[in-house]
Amino acid sequence: MPEPIIHTEHLSRFYGTVKAVDDLTLDVPAGIVFGFLGPNGAGKTTTIHLLLGLLEPTKGQASVLGFDTRTHSDHIRARSGALLEFAGLYERMSAEDNLDLYGRIYHMSAPDRRARIKELLSHLYLWERRKDPVGKWSRGMKQKLAVARALFHHPPLIFLDEPTAGFDPLAAAALRDDLAGIVAREGTTVFLNTHNLTEAERLCAQVGVIRQGKLLIVGSPDELRAREGGPRAEIVGKGFTESMLSGLRARPEVSRAELHGGDTHLTIELRGEDRVAPLVTLIVQSGGEIEEVRRGKASLEDVFLTLMSEEEIE
Amino acid sequence: MSDIWTMIWKESKELIFQSGWAQLVRALLVIGIVGVAFPWRAGTAWLDLSIFEMLALLWVPYIYIISFIGDAVAGERERHTLETLLASRMPDRAILLGKIIVTVVYAWGTALAILLLSPAIVSLTTGSWAFYRSLDLFLEAVALAFLISLFAASAGVLISLRVATVRQAQQILIIGTIVLIFGAILVISVLPAGLFSSLSYPQFLLIVTAVLALLDALLLGLSLASFRRSHLISL
Repeated sequence: MPEPIIHTEHLSRFYGTVKAVDDLTLDVPAGIVFGFLGPNGAGKTTTIHLLLGLLEPTKGQASVLGFDTRTHSDHIRARSGALLEFAGLYERMSAEDNLDLYGRIYHMSAPDRRARIKELLSHLYLWERRKDPVGKWSRGMKQKLAVARALFHHPPLIFLDEPTAGFDPLAAAALRDDLAGIVAREGTTVFLNTHNLTEAERLCAQVGVIRQGKLLIVGSPDELRAREGGPRAEIVGKGFTESMLSGLRARPEVSRAELHGGDTHLTIELRGEDRVAPLVTLIVQSGGEIEEVRRGKASLEDVFLTLMSEEEIE
Repeated sequence: MSDIWTMIWKESKELIFQSGWAQLVRALLVIGIVGVAFPWRAGTAWLDLSIFEMLALLWVPYIYIISFIGDAVAGERERHTLETLLASRMPDRAILLGKIIVTVVYAWGTALAILLLSPAIVSLTTGSWAFYRSLDLFLEAVALAFLISLFAASAGVLISLRVATVRQAQQILIIGTIVLIFGAILVISVLPAGLFSSLSYPQFLLIVTAVLALLDALLLGLSLASFRRSHLISL
């Protein structure tokens, strides 16, 4: 099995009594986009800071690209790129100068820097605006430039902290597409912090879900969806009763039946690819009125919401 | 060394772009007042570099630096560029020294421009070639302007490292300057009166130079020791 590009063991960071990251044990394989999902304040940003060696762990350890974050953090920073919580661009400097600065920081030669600036800015449709002070740009353009900066020196690993946070859906989708294209082309491993489940579903080969500093689950989106259940039927209507639910739950093909949305939405999880028609008949015979039946699978959002509610109950 | 050059490149670009023409106008204004107007009025007496001229000259780089050094680290933090810079491979020392070098060169350069312009202005007003009467005093003024620039830059960066905003940094620097002035007056007043009268002016300046050099080394060392990424990220 190939060596993971990121490996953490019981990694923890406490601020007084607040456990920002608590006992995080995680392996991220090389060459994938790994999504780190969690609500605001879950500990995602602190995890990136710990992995880059910008913060000392309170307990535990981590290695990134084979280097210990406590003792060799400079080696990690030399071989990775980062787009953190803010774009971090020098707004009065031009896009060209912003990228050139990071090329100089990573000791790239002047011809290499010039070629790379042209390559990345052209790919992101920013070449024509390269001389503009970045402060005059839109938020989406700035974020694209920050992604280009993170990738500028061809790092094998980049950290992206909520790159589409606060974007409208169109801008988020555009940046996501650019990101997916450029990352696939460069073969970079991406550690992506996000609370955007569409983003995770579209980009990530593996995801980890974190809440209040604790890692709740890790796996591919398919594995996570399988955990939430197999095929399901969403039934919209009225007259759904508890006795009807008991009847449904007693059927061998039903693993779970629950009401949502003020008793107008019924979710039935199935054990296999069985037909839904007999269940619909049962509901109608029990006095239910059906307006719509949808078949589908659990989404990452379902998994995420279930995990969050399970934690709340605990 | 190339990392320090990169930081110098970046800091000078930022210094130029940050304030645009205002920065140049400010420099020209200061040079115009202290380097042209004062020597014009004082005539050849200005070239004696007595205590008043020396203080006027040294005040320029000092006040210059404390007006913008607070921005060095705290300003980058406010503009959210510091975190990204710290996440790069740029070594701590290069970041710190790059900021200090650019600030010192800028302020010291202004002081040197004043020092070199003054004899030209005096020569113009008197109609004959004039230069500082003592070459030693001129060289001491050059050294003192450098040391006072380094003192202000190191102290400014040290404070800027420990506070969250530019405003806080500037408030501390202004209060620190007042304390420094009154502290120096207090120290001089409690020292035996004969101590200074036994010293010649160049000897007195030599002592001041030595004390400043010591303070500079101390402050620079403290700044280098205080530059910790984890502390800067958690602020």
